[in-house]
Amino acid sequence: MIQQLNFGDLLPYWDVFARGLVFTIVLTLTSTVAGLALGTAGAWARTFGPKWAGAVTRVYVEIIRNTPFIVQLFFIFFGLPALGVKLSEDVAAFIAMVINLGAYSTEIIRAGIEAVPKGHLEAGASLAMSRWEIFRHIVLKPALMKVYPALSSQIVIVMLGSAVVSQISAEDLTYAANYIQSRNFRAFEVYIVAAFLYLLLAIGLRALLRGIGRAMFPKG
Amino acid sequence: MSDFSFWIILQNLLLATRWTILLSLIAFVSGGFVGLLLLLARVSHSKTLRVLSIGYIELFQGTPLLMQLFLFFFGVALFDIEVSPWVAAWLALTFWTSAFLAEIWRGCVESIPKGQWEASESLALTYWEQMRYVILPQALKIAVAPTVGFSVQVVKGTALASIIGFVELTKAGTMLNNVTFQPFLVYSLVALIYFALCFPLSWYSKRLEGRLNVAR
Repeated sequence: MIQQLNFGDLLPYWDVFARGLVFTIVLTLTSTVAGLALGTAGAWARTFGPKWAGAVTRVYVEIIRNTPFIVQLFFIFFGLPALGVKLSEDVAAFIAMVINLGAYSTEIIRAGIEAVPKGHLEAGASLAMSRWEIFRHIVLKPALMKVYPALSSQIVIVMLGSAVVSQISAEDLTYAANYIQSRNFRAFEVYIVAAFLYLLLAIGLRALLRGIGRAMFPKG
Repeated sequence: MSDFSFWIILQNLLLATRWTILLSLIAFVSGGFVGLLLLLARVSHSKTLRVLSIGYIELFQGTPLLMQLFLFFFGVALFDIEVSPWVAAWLALTFWTSAFLAEIWRGCVESIPKGQWEASESLALTYWEQMRYVILPQALKIAVAPTVGFSVQVVKGTALASIIGFVELTKAGTMLNNVTFQPFLVYSLVALIYFALCFPLSWYSKRLEGRLNVAR
């Protein structure tokens, strides 16, 4: 027989949930900003940068895109200290998120840059703009605008992927759920609530990104 | 330290890789099967089916795979059924994979020009005949590249099964690390093996994509 579900046992732990939720939100927002900056730099390196930088970026992107996030996280948190780089859980989680999003957004933004018509670049060059000026003033904005939907869904995917940082004891929403279910043994109820909160986060994040997109690219 | 040499670590990791591959294959096949049913519901004429499939897809794309793993692992136990990490991982990955594949394939189906529907309808084909003989064969051609691309996500997704105690590549890495205290070496090797599994798939997917664009 199925046991009775009991969500009442979760109420005393609402503050634990709240703290985990805030951690996940802050981690997502900060690593999104840094990850997109890294991705933009990577995309620049792949298209406008020197050849060696493009090659290095390409290796970085392929390594990150073809290994699981959890292994990247373990490598940074457990592996790097062996080289003398000791990081706290929070910093390791942040760095892993940034590196992960950076690789995916490099590929996405690069696709946007390559979709900018060649004539625009030539027009910029004929105005005696430097390569950097062309990138900064002609290429970047239309490229970002074109790939903004893809970037948005990648950001949501990375936010959902952040559940894994609980495995190095970073105190995110999943960590909160693990903690609560170890106290009240209501595993199923706890994870239902946590999953529901993630769903709300995903919906909220999508709405936020849509709003930002509308403000940044008024026509798109 | 000497009794856990590099080769023994590598050998153990490679043995565990079998389970990563097996779980990936099983999850991909069953996820593809459920995904196909979901796709048919998603593009059907029935509004109920459409709404239900949209809800399903939203649910599994809007929550972390890790939560889904936990829910299957602890949820099935509520029915007093002993659930092994194997079964929980298989179920969670199947549902998760099906949601993404259905959405990918929907894009492919919807990219088939409307004229194809109209032409086949004017030949008095029923809905199922249209699907079976006209739409799906064409959609299939477009779908191969993104489907192969998504298989990379499935292989990487199986790494999360380690968290509920399924001993695959990542879990084996954690266990070996606990014995050898060589995290740098162990996780480098784990990453390298995942790369060796995923990179050919990524590469192949990209090549298929390129070929498709040429054909157009």
